[in-house]
Amino acid sequence: MALTGLFLCTFLVGHLAGNLQLVFSTGEEGKRAFNEYAYFMSHNPAIKLLSYVTYISILFHIVDGFMLTIQNKKARPVGYAYNKPGANSSIASRNMAVLGTLILVFLATHMANFWWKAKVSSEKFPLHTYTVYPPMAERPTEMYYTVKGDAIPKEGVIVKEGTKLFIDSKMFEQQIAVMKQMNPGQQLPDMSQMNKNPELGEGYKDLHSLVFAFFGHDKSKQGFPKNDMALAGLIFYVISMLVLGFHLWHGFSSAFQSLGVNHAAYTPWIKKIGYGFAILVPGLFALIPIVIFITK
Amino acid sequence: MATKFININLKIWRQKNANAKGSLESYKLDKVSTDSSFLEMLDQLNEQLINEQKESIAFDHDCREGICGMCSLYINGRAHGPDTGTTTCQLHMRKFNDGDTIYVEPWRSRAFPIIKDLVVDRSAFDRIQQAGGFVSVNTSGRTMDANAIPIPKADADKAFEAAACIGCGACVATCKNGSALLFVGAKVSQYALLPQGKVEAQERVVNMVRQMDEEGFGNCTNTGACEIECPKGISLENIARMNREFLFAAAKSE
Ligand code: HEM
Ligand code: SF4
Ligand code: FES
Repeated sequence: MALTGLFLCTFLVGHLAGNLQLVFSTGEEGKRAFNEYAYFMSHNPAIKLLSYVTYISILFHIVDGFMLTIQNKKARPVGYAYNKPGANSSIASRNMAVLGTLILVFLATHMANFWWKAKVSSEKFPLHTYTVYPPMAERPTEMYYTVKGDAIPKEGVIVKEGTKLFIDSKMFEQQIAVMKQMNPGQQLPDMSQMNKNPELGEGYKDLHSLVFAFFGHDKSKQGFPKNDMALAGLIFYVISMLVLGFHLWHGFSSAFQSLGVNHAAYTPWIKKIGYGFAILVPGLFALIPIVIFITK
Repeated sequence: MATKFININLKIWRQKNANAKGSLESYKLDKVSTDSSFLEMLDQLNEQLINEQKESIAFDHDCREGICGMCSLYINGRAHGPDTGTTTCQLHMRKFNDGDTIYVEPWRSRAFPIIKDLVVDRSAFDRIQQAGGFVSVNTSGRTMDANAIPIPKADADKAFEAAACIGCGACVATCKNGSALLFVGAKVSQYALLPQGKVEAQERVVNMVRQMDEEGFGNCTNTGACEIECPKGISLENIARMNREFLFAAAKSE
């Protein structure tokens, strides 16, 4: 319980650092940086390993938590007719299982809204695009941006396997056929000799726009439907962070006590740091969608 | 201070025996001296019941001066009543007002089954003690004087503070999980801190925790209620020490 809890606390710090980029780096650069970061997080083998440790920790934490709670309920089959638990313990400490379950509900919706859509769902996921304007291009042109750093015009490119970009050979063949008709003498490449749909590179999934669309921004141009439930999503998110804050208010210092770390000089500091953590981390998590929502 | 008399209402748990279904019964008791202790008030109520040819209320008590750990009542939602740092026998009726309704219930824990009314069976604690709460010494022939071994003052003080636990069970009664960790932590610590106890520290903690689990006590989730309600001020530090001892013992065991 304590080890998994503390590991999840370090996970929260890492996740928060990633999320904060959403509001601290802005504009096209910020969007690109975030999507690059998201790509890194889903492709780096060390991060992958860490994510499995996180999944296992959450699973063990939940199973352990429920088992503890069931055993503890059994330890007092008949309750008191009159009980005043408020006289000796905090509300958070007495409701860890309820708070944890609420976090679990949040986690399920959170994964469905972001992780599922981006990583599991078979639905086509929009890729990161940006527009180049004259004088950089003849006319405003939509571009893909690849993992290798190349910029590729969107026109004439087809996407396969989610993120892989290929030249649309068919379109070229048609164009060449038209040109052949118009200029019969001209030397033109023979498409039949060429590799069908040569690969150009890999694009970035546009997770940045997914998040902004979820919290109310109009990202229909980027391929995300407008979210009419943005305010409800925001409120649920903020409340969930409040719940997480209460869970950590007790949980942070509790984990140290469970591990046998209790010392006249350090424990008061562990408690203070725990309270600070419980306010700061969920607070900052909640601030991000609030900022996104009010700048829509 | 002039003696005052108050009239009170009581709601007391009555249960014929371990298997009977109990219930809260209401009583009215007049002219209770505010100088009397809570147990003296119950004596007064029992006299009244006897005079009325009714069965008196069974409750545990012995020393009536806060050292034996026999008294054990859950009064108005708190173990040993509204005062902190006192046992039920040390609680005075001056803590209550005229016309008050006072709830009196037995300790509630699966490991402390009710014997009758307010009396619970706390022999689970005895069995935990027997599982490891001792130092093995050969008492036949010449034993060594314990004071011959130098012990740092700070350790001696901490061991003494832990040894102040009277085994009343208020920690279990107040804990929302019915956990006995404060009691076991105190018993483990009182030996683990001293050179005589260190020798068997590992088996002790493992055996006592195993017995505790077998008795059906709950798990500690560090709410801290026990430390606040403990009449002897046993600190949570003792639970941490026990956790530490247990983790090291578990890591070292083959
Ligand atoms: C990001 C998510 C979470 C974090 C960071 C977290 C953190 C913690 C920490 C640090 C503890 C204290 C460990 C100890 O006392 O030894 C704890 C305890 C607990 N957690 Fe979580 N937790 C999370 C999610 C959950 C979830 C989803 C549940 C679902 C049931 C849950 C249920 C519990 C329970 C029952 C306890 C122990 C009860 C107690 O100590 O009072 N937690 N958690
Ligand atoms: S630790 Fe305190 S409350 Fe628990 S049995 Fe000992 S004296 Fe009673
Ligand atoms: S009767 Fe001995 S401690 Fe209360």
